[in-house]
Amino acid sequence: MINPNSPSTANSPSTASTAKKICSSATYGSSKMPLYNYILIALVLVMSVLPQFMDAYWVAVFVSVGLGTLLSLSLNIILGQAGIFSMGHAAFYAVGAYVTAILNTRYGIPILYLLPISGFASAFFAMIVARPIIHLRGDYLLMVTIGIVEIVRIALVNDIGGLTGGANGLFGISRPEIFDIKIKKGEQFYYMIWSFVGVTVILFHWLNCSRFGRALSCIKEDDVAAEGCGINVTRYKLLAFMIGAFWAGMAGTLFAAKMTIISPGSFTFWDSVLLFAAVILGGGSQAGVILGAFLVFGLPEIFRSFAGARMLVFGLALMVMMIIRPQGIIPPRPRHYKLSKASQNKVDYALSQIQDSKDAQPTCSVHGKGEENL
Amino acid sequence: MSTQDISMNAILSLDKVTKTFGGLRAVNEMSFKVEDNSIMGIIGPNGAGKTTVFNLITGNYTPNEGSIEFQGKSITKLRPHQIVEQGIARTFQSIRLFPNLSVIENVLAGSHCRMKSGLFASMFRLPSQRKEEAQTLERAMEELEFVGLAHMWNEKASSLSYGNQRLLEMARALASDPKLVILDEPAGSMNQPETKVLIRLIQAIQERGITVMLIEHDMGLVMKVCEKIVVIEYGTKIAEGKPVEIRNNPRVIEAYLGKED
Repeated sequence: MINPNSPSTANSPSTASTAKKICSSATYGSSKMPLYNYILIALVLVMSVLPQFMDAYWVAVFVSVGLGTLLSLSLNIILGQAGIFSMGHAAFYAVGAYVTAILNTRYGIPILYLLPISGFASAFFAMIVARPIIHLRGDYLLMVTIGIVEIVRIALVNDIGGLTGGANGLFGISRPEIFDIKIKKGEQFYYMIWSFVGVTVILFHWLNCSRFGRALSCIKEDDVAAEGCGINVTRYKLLAFMIGAFWAGMAGTLFAAKMTIISPGSFTFWDSVLLFAAVILGGGSQAGVILGAFLVFGLPEIFRSFAGARMLVFGLALMVMMIIRPQGIIPPRPRHYKLSKASQNKVDYALSQIQDSKDAQPTCSVHGKGEENL
Repeated sequence: MSTQDISMNAILSLDKVTKTFGGLRAVNEMSFKVEDNSIMGIIGPNGAGKTTVFNLITGNYTPNEGSIEFQGKSITKLRPHQIVEQGIARTFQSIRLFPNLSVIENVLAGSHCRMKSGLFASMFRLPSQRKEEAQTLERAMEELEFVGLAHMWNEKASSLSYGNQRLLEMARALASDPKLVILDEPAGSMNQPETKVLIRLIQAIQERGITVMLIEHDMGLVMKVCEKIVVIEYGTKIAEGKPVEIRNNPRVIEAYLGKED
């Protein structure tokens, strides 16, 4: 999102801390390649060869972590960037998965076509359910979103309109086909899902660096001031929900295609809580959220041998984390802006003026250093 | 520039605007006009309803009765962001910046409503979006230079002094390309030299063709920059006129100093 090696002006209180760079921004290029770009390349390389060293079980674990990552990244738009407390993300995931399953098993529409269709269906669903509640704040909204997940799950169990197959769910969902290659092995899913994560990270990074991302940041900071600056707060909150739901819907498609069987048990309140935890734990930056997803969805697999105690450990770890580092593991860093030559000249000129006025007369300078006033 | 002039070119006009909170009439049948490209001040004792008037104009409150017209169009029922789009920008009495965002991002927030790039263009970083982004950044830097904060563009907003935070709020308001700027106690928490710079700044805003309305307790500033002053007490307008007229108005003196026995 930003580039800490950039030429920063005087006494910039650089809050940028250690962090892995998710997406290299070539347009913001500095002459030296920063450390996080190396980390990023190394990570991509490791991820791309990893399946060669893992057995089928671990590949499956990574596939489910990949789906969890995708969902966490989509929730991050709502929760991390816009600061809307939504614990109902599994509902959007469910809508995507069920739309895929119904359209595929009944009408034989190929999975890849269903990817955007499920996304739109889920975004549409988000628009309808979020519009009446979008003005609620913090914990009030949280309560309602919990209600939404439960309503969706119960509706699915009750076999709404004879479409969802009740508690048994739907089965016989076909595999995705890309250029006549049928994706069915775990390894193939690994590459498909993680490439999808990669593309998502880049698109979300660009989105975050645009006026859209800035609007969400403003809303998170102070929604009254945001509205007073001319940002349509309701519209942007709703859009954040819809984008998050769009991606959750697509993740639902990938999930349905991977499992070939889906049932309401996969879209419970608990799944929403885990996604919420992944985003909060991660801290709201994309790097943090990916790490959070690994911790929340991957770590329990490593400690499978302590099956009984792992949730206890998980809960404790979350509590400790919230106490010692409440901002999350990797909080978002400020966006980076590259000034044009003309603007940089303005900055340099202003700095030289201050220097002059300081030399000449020490008083009368609003434009001086901040600390001397009050 | 006479305030009595009937043919004056009003940019904003309030007509019998009333706002009640429960049983309290915070603003009572308030009517006044603001001349285009003038500087107008609203003064009055604490709790007189000055900020409520501003909140009514900027859409944070909706009047119970009466109407507000801006450039000949009714803005009575519009929401705050729509009013900004119409060309009214504001600053807040208690500074409301985005404290964790950088100075330049705070200004860019003001530019938001003048940008057009949609979701798709932003997500795929289309050339049109990048061009707009660069132009807006340039424009935002100009506003920062205007208020004299260009050299602090990359700092965190919360790290600025109060005086500079007020200036930053003004830059953010100006970035939305307003026709009318509403300043709520711009000199609050500013020291003497800072206030001097502020006075020049307010006049410079007027020179750009922008109308300025302000609430201020610093009478020196008000008398110096305002061409017209409206005095409010208990939500009611008690006087209106040029600074000289206001200074000698017995009702105003009474409101501020109490009645002589």
